[in-house]
Amino acid sequence: MTIAPEAPAYTGPIAHLSREDVEQLGRELDAIRQDVLDTRGERDAAYIHKVIKVQRSLELGSRAVLLASIFPPAFVVGTVGLSIAKILDNMEIGHNIMHGQWDWMRDPKIHSSVWEWDNASTSEGWKHSHNELHHTYTNIVGKDNDLGWGIMRVDEEQRWTPATLSQPLMNFINMCIFEYGIAAYDLELGKMRRLKKSGRDMPEGWHEMARNTVKKIRRQAFKDYVAHPLASMVTLSGPTTLLANVTANFVRNVWTHSVIMCGHFPEGVETFELKDIPENETRGEWYVRQMLGSANISGSKFLHLMSGNLSHQIEHHIFPDLPSNRYAEIAPKVRALFDKYGLNYHTAPMPQQVASAWHKVLRLSMPNGFFESTNVRNAPSQFGKLVKAVRGDTRTRRRILKEFEAAGAASVGKAV
Amino acid sequence: MAEISTSTALLSPSKARRPALRERLSRKAWELAETIATPLAPADYLDLFNPLRPGADLRGRIVKVTPETADAATIEIKPGADWEGHTPGQYVRVGVEVDGVRHWRAYSLTHGPRKDGLISITVKAVPDGKVSSHLVRRLRPGRIVHLEQAAGDFVLPSDLRGHKFLMVTAGSGVTPVIGMLRNLFPVTDEGVVEHQRLDVTVVHVAPSRPDSIFIRNLESLAEAGAIRLVTRYTGSEGRLDLDALVELVPDLQERRAYACGPAGLLDTLQSWYDAEGLPLQTEQFRLATVVTSEGGTVSFKDKTVEAAGDKPILDAAEEAGVLMPSGCRMGICFGCVLPMKEGAVRDLRNGELTVARPGETGPEGIPIQTCISAAAGECVIDH
Repeated sequence: MTIAPEAPAYTGPIAHLSREDVEQLGRELDAIRQDVLDTRGERDAAYIHKVIKVQRSLELGSRAVLLASIFPPAFVVGTVGLSIAKILDNMEIGHNIMHGQWDWMRDPKIHSSVWEWDNASTSEGWKHSHNELHHTYTNIVGKDNDLGWGIMRVDEEQRWTPATLSQPLMNFINMCIFEYGIAAYDLELGKMRRLKKSGRDMPEGWHEMARNTVKKIRRQAFKDYVAHPLASMVTLSGPTTLLANVTANFVRNVWTHSVIMCGHFPEGVETFELKDIPENETRGEWYVRQMLGSANISGSKFLHLMSGNLSHQIEHHIFPDLPSNRYAEIAPKVRALFDKYGLNYHTAPMPQQVASAWHKVLRLSMPNGFFESTNVRNAPSQFGKLVKAVRGDTRTRRRILKEFEAAGAASVGKAV
Repeated sequence: MAEISTSTALLSPSKARRPALRERLSRKAWELAETIATPLAPADYLDLFNPLRPGADLRGRIVKVTPETADAATIEIKPGADWEGHTPGQYVRVGVEVDGVRHWRAYSLTHGPRKDGLISITVKAVPDGKVSSHLVRRLRPGRIVHLEQAAGDFVLPSDLRGHKFLMVTAGSGVTPVIGMLRNLFPVTDEGVVEHQRLDVTVVHVAPSRPDSIFIRNLESLAEAGAIRLVTRYTGSEGRLDLDALVELVPDLQERRAYACGPAGLLDTLQSWYDAEGLPLQTEQFRLATVVTSEGGTVSFKDKTVEAAGDKPILDAAEEAGVLMPSGCRMGICFGCVLPMKEGAVRDLRNGELTVARPGETGPEGIPIQTCISAAAGECVIDH
């Protein structure tokens, strides 16, 4: 590969790398990928078949137990089982099959083109927004809608507005109703509302996609909130079954939201500006963006399974189409490459990552510099200024934001 | 009689209502099952318990694998409840997972319909044959395979009277013929049962006797006087040519002829029979040859596109005006996947070849990612 000599040097966390380094890193990652492809086979197929079998048995068993959920032990067992079944369907099975990780088996039923998951969003819409947009434009502010799902400020460079103050609350609500949040996100509801307001036409095919989503939501909701409780009426377990289904969906929402927050939101994970992305991004450069834009969760095998191996978010983002059961195997090799090239392999236990992600959400809900420059002593005056920034006109706000930024920079400087 | 008919007439309205009600109820129950199973289908759950039940996708369970020769084995399969049966001489397409990947191959059924309801195929492991080696050497009882209904018109006429038969078999071409013979001459503890006065000559060609699948069956049929067996072991006796055949079977022209074997033999026989103006029924499991190269012609439903060997099929098709599904254009999102029915493509990232041979790939073709695949020869894409 010829490298244009006039290409500018890298900046930021890869400033110490030359273009040749980055391409070499890309080749080394390609070799890891090829190793997995060369050994992909019966063992892997057996794995996904087993996970699917376990998930189906668990779901069926739990729903059967819930038919008698008027008895508290049955309620507890059924609810826990159904929650786990729903998480497995969502994470290790649905997410990964729709990534095409199991297409190589040529099993027409376990294939990215036909798989549908137990979720509010249609697989069609999700594959577009997730596989295509998020995985191609990972962590590019304004391009990757996964960054804050269009409702949050996740980078200092994004503009702060008074509305941003509500983002911890927004994130909490989104967590509780996450599957519907994702459905709205797949349909780009926010953008569509703006289009509609300005009197422009919706993109082609959007209405059909919206119709399909509504249909899907109706079917899913009918199953969990009408049909299944109705079937339980025979044993007077209707209300408890309804409660169990609501709980299982809620648990799944909170869990998936938390896992996904750990993937890209923890403090220290890089975000990128479109202007900094080379026009013809090479494979090596794309890899590096994936490496720096993702974070892992360390933990047990059970955690990896329940997170759909998104606990290996870094490996997943580098190789989104390799079978998920291989991520743990190649993680040490990938990590060795991070070390070799002086990059930060971002991993931590789940509570730490979740806390870090929430911290970032909170921090960025405030103007830049606010967190750094606020302490117990000056809190009243800082909040006074914040109120002014919210209430004041644009000029006042801009002035106060500048003050915060300067104070923040100063206090960080002092600390150093 | 009159009374009975009257009572039937009286009964019939309620009789007519009852099944209708039952039908409606079962339809409702099924709809409820579908609702509860969504987004999956009830079948996905029922398959956990009984993959061979009525209404399931057609599958079979391996019951027994019996070695025939050093590199051939007979596989007995219990087919799913919806198996429609077969006529001796027909073949079945079997979908089997080898190293986790599903492959399809066609094999002759080597028994007539059996009382125990099992079907059997006899497979010879061909050198470098991924699937046949797996079937002969690694398949174990209990495994589930995928099936299609029996097919093929390499069968005997329904009325056998007045016919004299010639069957020419070479190598594993004996498999459909043995299916026919076993049906014509069942074997009991007392020996071969010749239940019809038939005049059958079998000409069997193989490199050697130990290489011949079913040679013992053929020999015992011959000993019992059921067939006339002519063997030709090419390893020691040389190739079988037409002059030799005419000599071996003097009444060749009077016999209704069947032949199954490699292409060379069949082509030779066919042209001779054509020249004589006589009918010949042939069967061949030809490995469709796929010629691979750099680049090639890619056929879509409405258009044919020339694609270079270093260019993604997606780009080549779009430039030629074919409306294509697409996504990330770098092989990660699987938004551009389309089924290839026939042909070969090369993965531009690592050079790996993917080949689709008609008859060997699944009924849906092999799905390929058009954004990272380049034509490696002629391809047919279902789009």
